[in-house]
Amino acid sequence: MANNKENNAGRKILLLGNPNVGKSAVFSRLTGARVIISNYPGTTVEFMQGYMKVGEERPIVIDVPGAYSLHPTSRAEEVAMKMLGQGDVVINVVDATNLERNLYLTLELLQRRIPVIVALNMWDDTRHKGITIDVKKLEEILGVPVVPTCGLTGAGIKELIEKIPQARIPKKPPCDSAEKCWDEIGLIINEVQKLTHRHHTLLERLEDLSIKPFWSLLVGAVVVFFSFWLIRFLGEGLIENFFDPLFRGVWLPLMNRLSAFLGERGLMHHILIGELINGRIDFGTSFGLLTTGFYVPLGMVLPYIFSFYLILGLWEDFGYLPRFAVMMDNLMHRLGLHGYAVIPMILGLGCNVPGALATRLLEGHREKFIAATLMAVAVPCMAQTAMIVGLVGARGGQYLGIVFGTLFFVLIVKGLLLNKLLKGRSPEILVEIPPYRIPQIFAVFKKLSMRISSFLKEALPYVFIGILVVNILQALKLFDFLAYLFGPVLENIWGLPQEAAPALLVGFLRKDVAIGMLGPLGLTTKQLVIGSVILAIYFPCVATFTVLLRELGAKDMFKSAALMVVTALIVGGILNLALQF
Amino acid sequence: MIVDLTKMKVGESGTVVSLEGGRNFTLRVQSLGVRPGKRITKISAHFWRGPVTVRVGGPNIALGFGMAAKVMVEVDRKRHG
Repeated sequence: MANNKENNAGRKILLLGNPNVGKSAVFSRLTGARVIISNYPGTTVEFMQGYMKVGEERPIVIDVPGAYSLHPTSRAEEVAMKMLGQGDVVINVVDATNLERNLYLTLELLQRRIPVIVALNMWDDTRHKGITIDVKKLEEILGVPVVPTCGLTGAGIKELIEKIPQARIPKKPPCDSAEKCWDEIGLIINEVQKLTHRHHTLLERLEDLSIKPFWSLLVGAVVVFFSFWLIRFLGEGLIENFFDPLFRGVWLPLMNRLSAFLGERGLMHHILIGELINGRIDFGTSFGLLTTGFYVPLGMVLPYIFSFYLILGLWEDFGYLPRFAVMMDNLMHRLGLHGYAVIPMILGLGCNVPGALATRLLEGHREKFIAATLMAVAVPCMAQTAMIVGLVGARGGQYLGIVFGTLFFVLIVKGLLLNKLLKGRSPEILVEIPPYRIPQIFAVFKKLSMRISSFLKEALPYVFIGILVVNILQALKLFDFLAYLFGPVLENIWGLPQEAAPALLVGFLRKDVAIGMLGPLGLTTKQLVIGSVILAIYFPCVATFTVLLRELGAKDMFKSAALMVVTALIVGGILNLALQF
Repeated sequence: MIVDLTKMKVGESGTVVSLEGGRNFTLRVQSLGVRPGKRITKISAHFWRGPVTVRVGGPNIALGFGMAAKVMVEVDRKRHG
């Protein structure tokens, strides 16, 4: 069977299955690729592909977004359908501990004219759940190969690869309509599956607790508080014990020598080292490529990126996020969203780009618009947060409270307004709550390293460009022009000095650099608070902007952006009037 | 006694009788395992018409209040007298 395909390079193998069946883990086992393995539905809306080896062949493997059926009800499932049309073989990944529900997609697949092989995944979990499945019989009934696998340990993967050439289209599809398929599934389950009694595990008891109304709120509050405390603790710990000593002890002496070598007045000195503050290099405020350009992304932001994504990855793989989404459903409904929309927001806390991409999980255009706008306005990314914590936090913890409290307040008020003003109604949540799983440290760190490297790849160039732009503008005296142009708005409405105007421009490139630009201006605490809030609200950074433009379309992006500018004007104005310190 | 999911008590079990919604709704909840003939247990209900969590076979599922109101269940209740 393999022979007739041998010369056919670029054969496509699709991995298809319900969400939460360990499809991504199987994918990374097949390809050895670096992929995200997560525990909540839809992490792979941006699908992944890699290459594997079947005999002499090197077919492409595509990790298709999770789908419950071939009747698409969300953007992710639409994507899955489109990909199905382009595949040559389907590996249908099935959760063996949840066979009945998973078989629906399998039976739908068998009606298509495409060869199928079934991977009975999470096989190792069936035993302690008291489930026995007769694989031989299942194979007979379905008419396609069935292989028990375990994506996490890699058991059965070799056999799966060996059997891919035997994937086939069954002679007679088992059913042809939804009702008949469900009837057929009932019969199949009776034939092949046996359940025996077993005791509840500790994790299962915890599971029930975190979806009860009162307890879920308590658990949620503890989780949020503990997570942020831990992120700050880890982030500050890394800065104090690792990054600061590194920059002061190793990098600073090098830069001092370079500074002396270049001579204080030269153009190169200005670009590479920046201004000397009281005759010395100051990593925060000198604004040279090699000083501030390195210190902001690596010395201030990276430690927080690391600790944020470590904690987030643990919660993701533990399976807590869907429960958090259910708990938030009530509040989110008032904002025109359902609970699941909290997932893009949480991702947005790390970086707005994946947050904006994750709005695809939402069903309708209305929710996507609301979720994207709210996130872009009121959810600061970790790079921004780290800078705000560094700059504003130095003036006192209560001011951090004002900044983040204001942003949260804006999120709520703006959501309430959008929900009132936009036509339509908020949809309802319908979500599977997967069981808790102990995170695999290997998978958590794999994902963490992927996220950090994508931060470095995406952030560093923009930071450098941002700092270069700052220096060029300064050299061309364009700062004065910007200050003249926007000065009146800044001074009269927000109470900020004219010199803060360029930060608004640079904020479009990188928000962390923009907030860093407030540092050398010698602002009062009140001005610093207002500046930080405005920079968070007024516009998304260019990376987020590009994604939102694609996701929302030009017209809605324009509306959304207009809302952001107006919000920034109003909120900054109110803060300027209200704050008394 | 047949009631909708929102009127079931937490902890009660029953058998799904019918899904009183459109095709899209029916397909979506069916593919999550909620369909006529299935045993269902209500695990929790959140305040203020919040989502309802149920167990049908495998993992738990949370449905919005409005959706839950469209799922009719024959509840196992002992009749009085």
